[in-house]
Amino acid sequence: MTTQTRQTERKDGYLGHMLAPAPSPDGLGKEFWDAVRRHELVVQRCNDCKQYQWGPEYICYHCHSFNLGYQKVSGRGRLYTWERVWHPLHEKVADRVPYIIAIVELPDAGNVRMVGNLVGDPLQQVRIGSEVEVVFEDHATADPYTLVQWRQL
Amino acid sequence: MANRNTVRGKVAVIGVGETTYYKRGQSPDPEFVLMLKAVLKACQDAGLDPREIDGFASYSDDRNSSIRLGDALGVKQINFSNMVWGGGGGGGSAAMANAAAGIIAGYADYVVAYRGLAQGQFGRFGGSGRAPAPVAAGAAAFTAPYGISSPGQSYAPRMMRYMHDHGVKQAAMRAVAMASYHHAQSNPNAVMRGRPLTEEMYDNSRWITEPFHLFDCCLENDGAAAVILTSAERARDFPHKPVYILGAAQGSATRNGTVGNFGAPTSNFTTLAPRLYAQAGVGPKDVDVLQSYENFTGGVVMSIVEHGFCEPEEVNEFFTTKNFYAPTGKLPLNTSGGNLAECYMHGLELNIEGVRQVRGDSHSQVPDVEISMVTSGPLTQPISNMIMSSERG
Repeated sequence: MTTQTRQTERKDGYLGHMLAPAPSPDGLGKEFWDAVRRHELVVQRCNDCKQYQWGPEYICYHCHSFNLGYQKVSGRGRLYTWERVWHPLHEKVADRVPYIIAIVELPDAGNVRMVGNLVGDPLQQVRIGSEVEVVFEDHATADPYTLVQWRQL
Repeated sequence: MANRNTVRGKVAVIGVGETTYYKRGQSPDPEFVLMLKAVLKACQDAGLDPREIDGFASYSDDRNSSIRLGDALGVKQINFSNMVWGGGGGGGSAAMANAAAGIIAGYADYVVAYRGLAQGQFGRFGGSGRAPAPVAAGAAAFTAPYGISSPGQSYAPRMMRYMHDHGVKQAAMRAVAMASYHHAQSNPNAVMRGRPLTEEMYDNSRWITEPFHLFDCCLENDGAAAVILTSAERARDFPHKPVYILGAAQGSATRNGTVGNFGAPTSNFTTLAPRLYAQAGVGPKDVDVLQSYENFTGGVVMSIVEHGFCEPEEVNEFFTTKNFYAPTGKLPLNTSGGNLAECYMHGLELNIEGVRQVRGDSHSQVPDVEISMVTSGPLTQPISNMIMSSERG
């Protein structure tokens, strides 16, 4: 099996069921993770001044309104920067190196950046500035969850 | 400089102390014993009765509390007790600066700034462990499930973008690593003494995470370090030539640590560097020797540029072993071996080396040092920096 198929065909996701995301214990971020389960990408946005911000917070850093919501965005972005991890820190990803981390800029959400993996061949040529699109990666674990991944176009 | 408050020349370092530095987990002493030994050594170096210490300043959530240290040493009173929030080693210079602030304010007379850790006793610093919790909650949810669980993994993307934006080559980072290892060979307390680095070794070393090779990443160590500060007036009564603090700054640029800012190509020193120079009344051209915190060599590249030593487009020309090696380099860098090759004492060993350079007793001494600069903990937040001098200014 080539490196490429190894990682694109894994049924348990790019890094396996390593770690499930969750909102803060006080609930901050829940709307985002709920939306991701529905395969919708949303970004926190101030309902008053319309400023986007990421990650989620209780207050708009721009106008100090507490009236915040989540705006659905296209799921298209630009690759802002990246890294290829070769040294695994967790036992659960020891057989998944190398893997690529992608930092994606979202032009339709005030250019905030999101972090995910760049799916596909871990040795693929990665081009800063390239167009990427979101990939929703479902994890059918006992307590299922979905991660936000990215693919170079 | 008019009408501006400054620490310039008001406080001096009178003593420094370090334990033997060990590889991670290899300290024969418990952490608190290491910390006590470093404080006692600093007092001995200063010629100060440890019971006269009346202030404590540390950072990075140091476990050795001011109260326990004060009680154990039988200090007469504790008048100042201070901790810089989080940020790995970003608070090293800030701890010394806060000590200075406490002295200038009249809260305390003899403040020790310190850092100690024994990772065999308390577990590994900077990672989230080998067996992660099954859930990453809150801010960690946006990074940890994607395989980001270490400082290196958090900061490599910054350097990747910086290299892309400015055409910086890997050799610039290599020069930083070479400088630290070169200077460590002359330092008896350097963990990597006797283990010199060559360019070939660097080039052939494994990736930790691109663009960081093994030798771009700091060590992990056990040990303790301490610095005693007092007012410039009192400092004259102690045996060592006082090492004056000319300036210091601490903090962060706006929203540096948000996940929405992940991968920003900056060391985060953009707002601190101008404030440091304004405090000190000097500029980068005046700096005789620099200790620049190498959590990762890429952070040093961006720190040096953001402190005005060269332009981003000049990095490939400026970052050479010729420029960085003491005593003849244009900007002698990390002259004790630093975090890469002396010890990762979370940068306080860099401040101590900065003191030694002013005193004239470094193992890689730069001639006639008047201005000695230290930058602490790039990339993270808060971070800090400091300029020390043989003159009050």
